[in-house]
Amino acid sequence: MRAGAGARPAGWYNCAPMQDRHLHALEQESIHLIREAHAQLNPLAMLWSLGKDSNTLLWLARKAFNGRVPFPLILLDTGNEFDEVYAFRDRYVREWNLDHIAAVCPPAEDTDATLPPAARAAARKTLGLKRLLAERPFAGILLGIRRDEQPIRGKERGMSPRDADGRWHFDAQPTELWGQYSAIAPEGGHVRVHPLLKWTELDIWRYVEAENIPVPELYFARNGKRFRSLGEKDITFPVDSNAANIAEIIAELTTTRQSERAGRAMDHEREDAFERLRATGYM
Amino acid sequence: MALTLCMAGHVDHGKSTLLGRLLNDLDLLPDGKVASLEAASAARGVPLEWSFVLDAFQVERDQAITLDITHVRVRSQKREFAIVDAPGHRDLMRNLVTGAAEASAVLLVVDAQAGVEMQTRGHLALLRVLGIPEVIVAVNKMDLVGWSEARFDAVRDELRAAMHALGLKATAIVPVAARDGANLVQPWPDAPWWRGGTIVDAIDALAEDDALEAAARGPLRLPVQNVYRQGTQRLVAGQLTAGRIRAHDEVLLLPANRLTRVTSLEGWPDAPSALAAGDNAAVTIADPFVIRRGDLLCDPASPPKMTTVFDADLFWLGRGELDIGRRLVLRFGPRETMVRVAAIHHVLDDTTLAAVGRDAVPESGVARVTLRADVPVPVDSAETAAPAARFVLVDGGLIVGGGVADATQYPDQRARRAPAASNLVAVDHDVRAAERARRAGHQGAVVWLTGLSGAGKSTLGIALERRLFDLGWFVYTLDGDNVRSGLNGDLGFSPDDRQENIRRVGEVAALFADAGAVCITAFISPYRDDRSRARASAGKRLFLEIHVDTDLATCEARDPKGFYRRARAGEMKDFTGVDSPYEAPDAADLVLKTAGRAIDECVDELTAFVVGRCSAT
Repeated sequence: MRAGAGARPAGWYNCAPMQDRHLHALEQESIHLIREAHAQLNPLAMLWSLGKDSNTLLWLARKAFNGRVPFPLILLDTGNEFDEVYAFRDRYVREWNLDHIAAVCPPAEDTDATLPPAARAAARKTLGLKRLLAERPFAGILLGIRRDEQPIRGKERGMSPRDADGRWHFDAQPTELWGQYSAIAPEGGHVRVHPLLKWTELDIWRYVEAENIPVPELYFARNGKRFRSLGEKDITFPVDSNAANIAEIIAELTTTRQSERAGRAMDHEREDAFERLRATGYM
Repeated sequence: MALTLCMAGHVDHGKSTLLGRLLNDLDLLPDGKVASLEAASAARGVPLEWSFVLDAFQVERDQAITLDITHVRVRSQKREFAIVDAPGHRDLMRNLVTGAAEASAVLLVVDAQAGVEMQTRGHLALLRVLGIPEVIVAVNKMDLVGWSEARFDAVRDELRAAMHALGLKATAIVPVAARDGANLVQPWPDAPWWRGGTIVDAIDALAEDDALEAAARGPLRLPVQNVYRQGTQRLVAGQLTAGRIRAHDEVLLLPANRLTRVTSLEGWPDAPSALAAGDNAAVTIADPFVIRRGDLLCDPASPPKMTTVFDADLFWLGRGELDIGRRLVLRFGPRETMVRVAAIHHVLDDTTLAAVGRDAVPESGVARVTLRADVPVPVDSAETAAPAARFVLVDGGLIVGGGVADATQYPDQRARRAPAASNLVAVDHDVRAAERARRAGHQGAVVWLTGLSGAGKSTLGIALERRLFDLGWFVYTLDGDNVRSGLNGDLGFSPDDRQENIRRVGEVAALFADAGAVCITAFISPYRDDRSRARASAGKRLFLEIHVDTDLATCEARDPKGFYRRARAGEMKDFTGVDSPYEAPDAADLVLKTAGRAIDECVDELTAFVVGRCSAT
């Protein structure tokens, strides 16, 4: 586990104070949405996948409520997370006194057989969430997806309704403007809340650095490899990199021509694989 | 926030293509993207389709349309910015609103062959209400008009005229061919006549988005989003829409209308020393007032108006038309209020952009309306605290419209003229009302004439006074100029002074009625709330509200004092019926039509009505 290293490299992204103002504006917009979700969607929970994004989201939630998180955190557990990720969770649940739900995901055999293999592994999480919601019908679920990760996620709203089957009707999304959201879902459904939509991968790392937010060690290069995006260990692969600290990651991201999710197998099997996953309830 | 640009324009004019090509030419596409585009295009049997860069859904690629908003981060040699691509389909206008509301500039794409079409005009009207200051226009598909300078000039002139009609101005108008990348990043050699630079040059020249800095300079507005209990502390939480806040600031709580003080600003991991517009606050206050979501903490020196009625520029995104009388939930920040559409002043016509009179706002329409709330609410106007003047309309939990409020024409209804002395004991008269009525031969009453300037209120009032006097009645008329020269000599014509003028007239008329007289008042008294306050002042005395109902055209033709002419010429501001509203009574005791009738006939009708209601029983 590692926190921000301090020294900032030179580069276009570091032209303060404009960059600081930019991060500050993102942070404040996200906190507003988290508070709005808490005010309008009851009961509320947050998905905590333990990656850099959901750790940033957790940090923002603590800021929103003066250090205390007034809702439970859910890990959709396939049993296939990296050991380092489980250790990270156990440490911060204890240290930060978090209300935590480990939701066990059904096996791959239970998923849609027409999906490609890695997508089926990912679809276990969709089923895990569905099963949890059947037991504990949360009205709102906070999650740390970002628009720049994947074009389909780029189409999300700050508050996006899901129907009782967890389905996303992307062709009929509610209007959002001026910090106003439509916090309603169809009968039996729930609202997905996305406070990090506008953040980029680079924003996240610069914020993690500035705020000293703990993240798992797997992001930092060992023997010329690091994980750029964390998923289950059977369908997530490291990328070539020598970036061993946050400053080096930031420097690497300003020059890379690879997409962030290059190491996530389920994105690359078929043109519409991710669209199908998301339309049926994937995160 | 980094500069955000929103794409706008008619469907098929090439927005997504322009954006895809721009990303390619700025060298921002990841490795393999162009190859995958070629594959996706080939699979559909079409040439390389740049719009597929951003059309993420399979259905978007299959139908070659953009279904929903797309956001991308872009950087040129000079700056970093964000672009939002919203679809141009008419029935998906709500997506454009969602996309454009967070932008501070717009990149409007217009097809050089087609020119300014209906959707382009609709988008321009919307941009005006959203308050987006900068508009860059790409006149696209110049290759299809042979890079004709004459054609470009014609489209440019048409655009300028359309924008001028809305009070908008283009920051830059650039001829491009998006498919070829012409004049996006690189200047295009086939058009040597063009020396105005590229689209990226125009974007590089835009000012940074300083909306939050501007809002921070305004008066404090902290809408209460929630109240958190933490130990013994009560944290009042919300995002500042305007102004700044520090510990020890005096703040006014609305609508409770109570003053208090900020004791501390709280925060984690550190408590801030000061906060400004855009920041999320958690404050403690000195007094144990009841505070709930939807309340407002604001600057006591310049609070919003409390009013039940205000005007608004709005866009309507709901299904079907928005009719007069329709009730909806209106949200200023977290505050929800039931409102009714009281009047529609004009609707911006799609094709001409002229403001035309309508009795309903069509789907995706933009209009100027008057809204009426069930209870007084804090209302800001664009010029005092712009972000706080914004609202959305909600129906069944879904956002179905939005707009900007304008309460400048209405008085502040905040209760602040409570009697200054509190140790008042009313004295009972020994002479009873019935005794007075028996002696006079009629009841004491207030006959309140209301109507537009030139409707005939003074003429009718004076004539009625003569008729009743000749019957031997105790009668007196209060008229505008007479009262203003004495009792109300200290009052001007601001909304607040007008309200006070009417309040005093109402109180004096009530005293006359109490004395047993029939007191006739002849004032425009355009606001329903002012008239109901006058009725309340009359208490148990008879109060007859007479609507002297003469249409505006007739009043304007009569123009006995020359006021309409001066108002139309812009020499008089806030003139009722011209640039200030008149609210007709909902339930007048008598509606007296005067147009096309002889004065005597009207006086007969009025006299008969008053005599019938006031005669002693």
